[in-house]
Amino acid sequence: MKKKHWYDYLWIWSILYFALGFFNILFAWLGMIDFFLPLVFAVFGGNKFFCNHLCGRGQLFSKLGGELKCSRCKPTPRWMSSKWFRYGFLIFFLTMFGNMVFQTYLVGAGASSLREAIKLFWTFRVPWGWTYTAGTVADWVAQFSFGFYSLMLTSLLLGLIVMALYKPRTWCAFCPMGTMTQGICKLKNKE
Amino acid sequence: MLSKRLAAVDKTRCVACGVCENICPLGAIKVHRGCYAAVETGRCVGCGKCAKLCPGGCIEVKARPEA
Ligand code: SF4
Ligand code: SF4
Ligand code: SF4
Repeated sequence: MKKKHWYDYLWIWSILYFALGFFNILFAWLGMIDFFLPLVFAVFGGNKFFCNHLCGRGQLFSKLGGELKCSRCKPTPRWMSSKWFRYGFLIFFLTMFGNMVFQTYLVGAGASSLREAIKLFWTFRVPWGWTYTAGTVADWVAQFSFGFYSLMLTSLLLGLIVMALYKPRTWCAFCPMGTMTQGICKLKNKE
Repeated sequence: MLSKRLAAVDKTRCVACGVCENICPLGAIKVHRGCYAAVETGRCVGCGKCAKLCPGGCIEVKARPEA
């Protein structure tokens, strides 16, 4: 049997992250770790060590879908892991990320006011005001927290849906971070 | 004695997620430089655990080519 590593327990971090954001939205900033670390490994190491060993989300899907059998374990539809869909979704995701940063900028510049809500699936606004006391930090810092947490929660929910429908880690087939890091690795290791 | 069957990865469709690497009981499949998974043919016993969970659906357990 394989030896367990400390990083085999990072799925706990994944749960903790969403729990923290339920009490104080400013913890959303911690999610930036999950954003930059994969890129650091890809750009400097030319590998996907993050996806392969450190990603709490991937581990969580494996646990829920595999060990706890919350997945039908049916094949992922072929288009879902096709190049055009993966890169298309990456572009869409980055555009939405850019939009979120722009909203943060608008709040910072005083052009729009802080909205204490999260947006699920880029559409449904959910009041989330109890997690923040106005004035604790600069408005844009709070705005970014709400925006970033929305992205994280939306992608988690998408991941859980495809986990239930298909394989435990079907999300990883088109996860923007996974696509981006593989793309970087391919460029670095020029196939 | 080598097994009769063996896992084969379609590199063009592999997303390099590492699911196979993490499930393989023999450490016979590894993600190569973040690009695609590669099977160590001498170790693989063709159990199919990797193919069952691969989210890209790009692993097939095939008859081992005759040496
Ligand atoms: S593809 Fe995404 S969810 Fe899957 S292991 Fe990589 S970063 Fe995590
Ligand atoms: S599980 Fe499938 S998609 Fe993921 S690295 Fe292995 S062969 Fe590639
Ligand atoms: S078929 Fe079994 S032994 Fe071969 S790589 Fe897959 S999990 Fe490992």
